Formats: sequence, C-alpha cells, structure tokens
Amino acid sequence: MTDFWILLTGALVACCCAILGSFLVLRRMSLIGDAISHSVLPGIVIAFMISGSRESFGMLLGASVLGLITVFLIQMFQQSGVQSDAAIGVVFTALFAIGVVLVSLNLRQVDLDLDCVLYGEIAHVHWNTWELFGTDVGPKAVWMLGLTLLIIVVVIGLFYKQFKLCSFDPALAAAVGIPVALFHYLLMGLVSMATVSSFESVGAILVVGMLIIPASAAYLLTDKLGHMIVISVGIGIASTFLGYGAAVILDASIAGCMVCAALLLFIVAFLLSPSHGLLARYLRRRRMQEQTIQP
Amino acid sequence: MPEKNSAIHAPLQITGLSVAYQKKPVLRNVSFEVTEGELIGVIGPNGAGKSTLIKAALGLIPRLAGEVKVYGKPCNQQRQLIGYVPQRESVDWDFPTNALDVVMMGRYGHLGWFRRPGSKEKEIAMECLSKVGMADYATRQISQLSGGQQQRVFLARALAQDAKLYFMDEPFAGVDAATEKAIISLLQELKRSGKTVIVVHHDLATVKEYFDSVLLLNVELQEFGLTNEVFTRANLQRTYGGRLSFLDRQDDELLLLSGQGKG
Repeated sequence: MTDFWILLTGALVACCCAILGSFLVLRRMSLIGDAISHSVLPGIVIAFMISGSRESFGMLLGASVLGLITVFLIQMFQQSGVQSDAAIGVVFTALFAIGVVLVSLNLRQVDLDLDCVLYGEIAHVHWNTWELFGTDVGPKAVWMLGLTLLIIVVVIGLFYKQFKLCSFDPALAAAVGIPVALFHYLLMGLVSMATVSSFESVGAILVVGMLIIPASAAYLLTDKLGHMIVISVGIGIASTFLGYGAAVILDASIAGCMVCAALLLFIVAFLLSPSHGLLARYLRRRRMQEQTIQP
Repeated sequence: MPEKNSAIHAPLQITGLSVAYQKKPVLRNVSFEVTEGELIGVIGPNGAGKSTLIKAALGLIPRLAGEVKVYGKPCNQQRQLIGYVPQRESVDWDFPTNALDVVMMGRYGHLGWFRRPGSKEKEIAMECLSKVGMADYATRQISQLSGGQQQRVFLARALAQDAKLYFMDEPFAGVDAATEKAIISLLQELKRSGKTVIVVHHDLATVKEYFDSVLLLNVELQEFGLTNEVFTRANLQRTYGGRLSFLDRQDDELLLLSGQGKG
C-alpha cells in the first residue's frame, strides 16, 4: 500500500506540474516558477502562525497569496527599470529569507520542519492520513494534490484558448479584449497552488524540476501545444515510476531520484527528438552533404 | 449598434493623446480623425512614437491623457471592430503551433469566454490563408516559414478577425518582393470593401504609391492629410529634423514617384 500511495502522490505532482510547466516554458517564465516555489515560504509560515496548525488548506491559501504577491512585486520592479532577472532574484530571495526568519522565530514553540518544506519527504506521505467520518480515506497529500489537479484541469480546460493566445501573442490577446493580466495572475495562482500542494511530497526545490524538465522535454518532441501538454504529463508520470524504482534499488531519496529520472528522459528527448534532436540534426546534415557531393 | 454608428462616427477619433514611458514623453497631444475606407500611412523617424500611437489607440499601453474613440465609442467596447497586426518580431515563432492555428487565433475575440474554436473557425481560417496565398502551408510549423510567409500568416489572422478598422505595425518590414505585392493587393481589397487601415510604414519611397492619407509623426503630430497634399519635402524635413541626409539620398526616387502620380 505504501508503494501505491507514494506512486500516486508522485504522479499527481507530475501531472499538476507538467500542465502548468508547459505554459511557463512557452512564456519563458521558467524562473518565475523557481521564484514562486521559494517565496511562498513566508505565506506558509504566516498561515501556520495564524491557524496554529499544519492544516493544509490554510497553508494553500497563504501560499497562493504570497505567490501572487511575488509575481506582482517582480512585475513592479521590472516595469520601474530593474533588470528582469535581477528583479526575480531580488524578490524571491528576499521573501524566502523572510520565511526563514519567521520559521526560526517560531520553531521553538511549534513543529514546522524547514528541511521538510525545502526537500519534502514523499516516503512519509502515507503516514499523514485524513479521516472523514471516522474512516481513513488516504493520505492528506493525495487529497490536496487531487483537488489542485482538478482545479488546474478545469481552469486550463475552460480557458485553453485564452491561455494559448496570452502565451503566443499577448498583444493580440489584449487587442481582442482578453484580460491578459487576469489570466497571467490566474496561471501564477495555479503555479503557487501546485507548488504548495507538492511541498510535503517532493519539496520546494524539486517542484521546480517537475515544473520545467518534463515540459522542456515535451517541447522538443512536438509542434503542437495540446500534444506538448499531454507528452509533458506522460514524461512526468514516467519519471515518477522510474525514479521510484531507482530509489528503491539504490535506497536513495525518492524525490531526488524522480527528478533525476526526468532529467534522464529530457536528455533522451534532446538526443533523439525527430525535429530538434542532436541525432536528427546530424543525420540531416549528413544527407545534405551526400546530396551535394553526388548530384 | 455599431452598424448605425459607423455612418455617423469616424472609424477612429483621437483627441489630445499623450503617452510617456518613465517621464519621457513619447507622444504629445496628438489629435486626429480618420475617414472610413482609407489606407493611412503613419510615417516618422525611429523613436517618433509610431508603434506607441497604435498601441495606445488599442489600449495596450496606458495613456497619460487623451481620448480614443472607435466608431464613436471607447475602444474596449468596440474590440470586435478592430483588427491588429503586431510587429512580426513581437512573438516567439518557435511556439508549438502551425499556420492554420495561428490564423484561427484571429477568431478568438468573436468566441467569447467559453466557446472553443470549431470547424466553422477552421473554415474561415483556411479561407483567409488562401487569400494571402498560404493555403498550402496550413499545417506547416510556424518556425519553418520564411519571414515573408510569417508576415502573410499574420495578415491572414487579421483577416480572420473580420474587423472594420485595422492597425498594422510595419507589415512591410523585412519581407520579400512577392509578399510586399501580396500585402499591398490585400490592403487594396480591404479598402474596396470599405475597411479602414492604419499602417506604420518605414519606406518613404513607396508612400505615394500605397497610401491615400499620411500621418507625419515625431512625438507630436506634424501633419495629417491626403498624401499628395501633405507628403511634401518641406513637411518631411520638419518631421525628420536633423536626419535629413537619409532623405536627400531618396530625394530623386521620391520626385520620380510623385511625377508618376501626376502623370
């Protein structure tokens, strides 16, 4: 049963991240995902300080708010003339530092493990279960991630054309009356949610890997946005299984192995992609050479 | 209803428009009104605010002061009457999509919040692609198109918007001769069907040939009117200020074209 819950949790994280990651990669906002995953920390701690418990939905809310604040601050700095990568760097490190300070101030009274927030521990997922009407309905993380995935699928499904146009050509999107800023913040809100729900399982840092790596690999393999999202989800799930297998054999960190597996799949895509891959490019060049030499 | 208004109101009326980027004025107190069914060229040196004028008119960037009316109403109430062709470099051509899909994006504004593009949109998009001579490239990944072909896809997308007032930001920039011809015949066709087209343009040599009216811009509106009245050496000299050496080289060509126009 432990295996099942760990794999299910991992697969849910992979799905949430792969869908959102596709849009982040296409909008060249991979680093924003990184920024959000770090700067939600003070949101989690503040939610924890207010509610006094590790009750997950309060934390989800706190983190989502901080995620939006992060994006807002980054944009504000960028628009007032700070270099765009510097703006991202300033905002997320500062917010993360505030989070670290808040954690250290509160650690004496409460049990909020900084290691757990940063690195997560998917192996512990099945211990923290949720009881409904006296019966055990499975790990809390699975419910949280399931809910997050449901929200992501519904929102992206309903507004697919808006998200697509805002990613490809925001100027036209604005010109035809699509509220570009609203969809921007909606996407960022979803990224914050996904990050926080994945915290307990893969941790803040590895969420970024799950957001970016499967989507980047999928980008190399297709020329259609819809296919890219599906392939990205597939690669995410595959890395979950491969990673878990490797972790069991090597007796290593499960989340770490999952992201390493994603990297492995990315390298395979990078080498073998039919259009962008190294091998395909090499073969094309060979063929061209042969054709020009012997007409 | 827009249909009724179009008879009474000008397609575009701009009053006292000013725009600034971080304190530096880019447009100062620009006012003009365009006539329906004209091709209008927006001419001016680099940094004169030509693209800014279009973006501010569309409400894409905040304006400091002034009013923009499209067929008598603020432009955010008239989105469906407006078509827009952004600069080709403004989008990522490596985006995973094909030519037909990009043209279909022109229909998104008509679909409202929830409706998805379907077979009807596909049909319209195909038709628009044929109009720019790109039907054979419908399923081609957009990064595999040449610059001119990409520009034609953008124009097809604008056609799919089925608007009455078009803004085009340098559609002739970096395109081959065949595409330039295709674009200009398309502009003529739009004009014949009563559409109004405002084009940011760089090439002074072709102004007289292409446009009914010109708008000379250098932060402030220098001159606006019919091409053969306004597009004069004196006005251009004023608009381009110190950058006249460039103009002098083209002088012969300009005169040649104006001679053709009269003959």
